[in-house]
Amino acid sequence: MPSETLQAPTTLLAEITHRCPLHCPYCSNPLDLQRAEAELSADEWKRVFSEARALGVLQLGLSGGEPLLRKDLETLVDHARRTGLYTTLVTSGLGLTRERALRLRDAGIDHVQISFQDSDRANAERIAGITSVDKKVAAAALVREMGVAFSVNVVLHRGNLDHIGEIIELAASLGADRLELANTQYYGWATLNRDALMPTRAQLDAAEPVVDAAVARYRGKMQIIYVLPDYYSQYPKACYGGWGSVYIVLGPDGRVLPCHAATQITSLSFDTVRDHSLEWIWRDSPGFRAFRGDDWMREPCRSCPRKTVDFGGCRCQAFLLTGDARNTDPVCSLSPNRHMIDEALAVAAGIDAVPAYTYRTMPPATAAAARVKAAIGD
Amino acid sequence: MMPLTARPRLWRLARLEFDPVRNRRVLLYPEGAMLLNDTGGEVLALCDGTRTVADIGAELGTKYNADVTTDVATYLAKLAERELVHDAQ
Ligand SMILES: C[S@@+](CC[C@H](N)C(=O)[O-])C[C@H]1O[C@@H](n2cnc3c(N)ncnc32)[C@H](O)[C@@H]1O
Ligand code: SF4
Ligand code: SF4
Repeated sequence: MPSETLQAPTTLLAEITHRCPLHCPYCSNPLDLQRAEAELSADEWKRVFSEARALGVLQLGLSGGEPLLRKDLETLVDHARRTGLYTTLVTSGLGLTRERALRLRDAGIDHVQISFQDSDRANAERIAGITSVDKKVAAAALVREMGVAFSVNVVLHRGNLDHIGEIIELAASLGADRLELANTQYYGWATLNRDALMPTRAQLDAAEPVVDAAVARYRGKMQIIYVLPDYYSQYPKACYGGWGSVYIVLGPDGRVLPCHAATQITSLSFDTVRDHSLEWIWRDSPGFRAFRGDDWMREPCRSCPRKTVDFGGCRCQAFLLTGDARNTDPVCSLSPNRHMIDEALAVAAGIDAVPAYTYRTMPPATAAAARVKAAIGD
Repeated sequence: MMPLTARPRLWRLARLEFDPVRNRRVLLYPEGAMLLNDTGGEVLALCDGTRTVADIGAELGTKYNADVTTDVATYLAKLAERELVHDAQ
C-alpha cells in the first residue's frame, strides 16, 4: 500500500511495564517478559505520546503488566491528557491507593478499566495465583469515587464461564458503566494453558442467553460487550482495521508492534522508538508494512469477498498455529488448516480432569525459562 | 427520532474534542472514536443536557436558515441507539 493513501492511526496501547503482582494463566503478555531495567523512561514515553497524537492517535491505553507499578504513571497521564488523548488505565486494581486515585484524577485520566477473575472469591484467587479480590473491590470503589468512566473486564474461560450470570451481577454491584466479557484469546501465556482454558460448546451455549438477557436488562445503565471466542466461530476475528492500519502497540522497551501479540511472529522484526521516530516506524518500517493491504494474501483469502471485512483473520494466530503468518487464520472454516482448531475443541470436549495451570511468572529464574521453553517446544 | 422535548447530553464516558490532524471534531469514548462532520459536531456541541432537541434544531435552523429540526432529531436518535447520547431528564 503506498504511503500516500495510508490513513492516520487511532489507537495506541502502551504496555508500560511487564511487571505484575498477579499470575493469570490466561495472560496475553509474551512469555519472554521484560524486566524493569529495559523499560522506557517517563521522558521517552512522553515523547512517544506526543508523536502519536501528532500522527492522529486519539485513544491511549496505559496497560502492562500492571501499569500502577510505575511510580511515574501520574506524570504520563498528565502529559497524555495535555496532548488531547482519551486516556484509559487498564489495571488489575492492585496498587490503587486513595492518594494515587486522586492524583490520577487530577492528572486527567478519562477512564479506568479494572479486571476481575471471577465472581466466586476462592476461584478468583486461584486464577490470579495471589490474594487480590478485596484489593480489587476497594480499587473499584475508589474509581467510582473519582467519578471517571469505569469499566470492568473479565476474561472468560472454562474455569469461570459457568458463573457468567454472577459475574455480570458483580460488575453491576461495583457500579461499572461498562462491562467487557472477553473470551480468552490464545496468545502468550494463554497458549500454554489452552487445554485448561478452552471452554466447551455446552458452556458457551448456556452462557449466551444469560448474556443476551443481561444486555437488554442493563441497557442505559451498564453497557455489556461480549467478545465471542473465535475458536467456536465460522470466520476469524478481524485484525483491527487490518494490519498496520489503525492500531499501534508499544512494549515496555519501546518496541513498536501492529498488535500486542505480534512479537510471536518470529519471522518479523520490529523497530523501537529508541532508534526511530514513531512516524517512520508507522509509515515505513518493514514490520508495519509486512501485511498492509492484501498483496501478501494467499488463497482462500485472496479471492474471498470477506477479505475486506476480516483481512484474513489474525496473522499472529496464523503464524503460531501454521508456522507461516501469510496463511489464512486457521479459525476460518475455509482454511485448509481448520482441523487444527477442531482438534483443540475435541480435546476440550473430551477432558474430564482440567489440567493444572502454568502460571505467569517473571523469567530469569532459569528454571522457569526452561519450563516455558519445554512447554512451547523450542 | 428523539422526542423534541428531550434534553440530550453526551454519555458520561464520552468527550468531544477537536482533532487538528483530521481537522474536525471527534467524539471520544472508551475503546472508540467517532469522526464527526461539521453539522454533527455542531449538534453535539449543543447537547449540554439543558437545551431540548427543539432548541438545538431552532438554533442551527437560524444559523443555516433552514428547518433542520427533523434531521437533528433523527441524528440524535441514531447516537442514542449507540448509547453515546442520553436524555438528561
Ligand atoms: C494484559 S492485561 C494488562 C493490564 C492489567 N494487568 C490487567 O490484567 O487488567 C490487559 C487486558 O487484557 C485482558 N487479557 C489478558 N489476557 C487476555 C487474553 N488471553 N484474552 C483476552 N483478554 C486478555 C486483561 O483482563 C486486561 O483487561
Ligand atoms: S492479565 Fe493478569 S498476569 Fe497478565 S498483566 Fe494483567 S493482571 Fe498481570
Ligand atoms: S478465507 Fe480469508 S478472507 Fe475469507 S473468510 Fe476466511 S479468513 Fe476471511
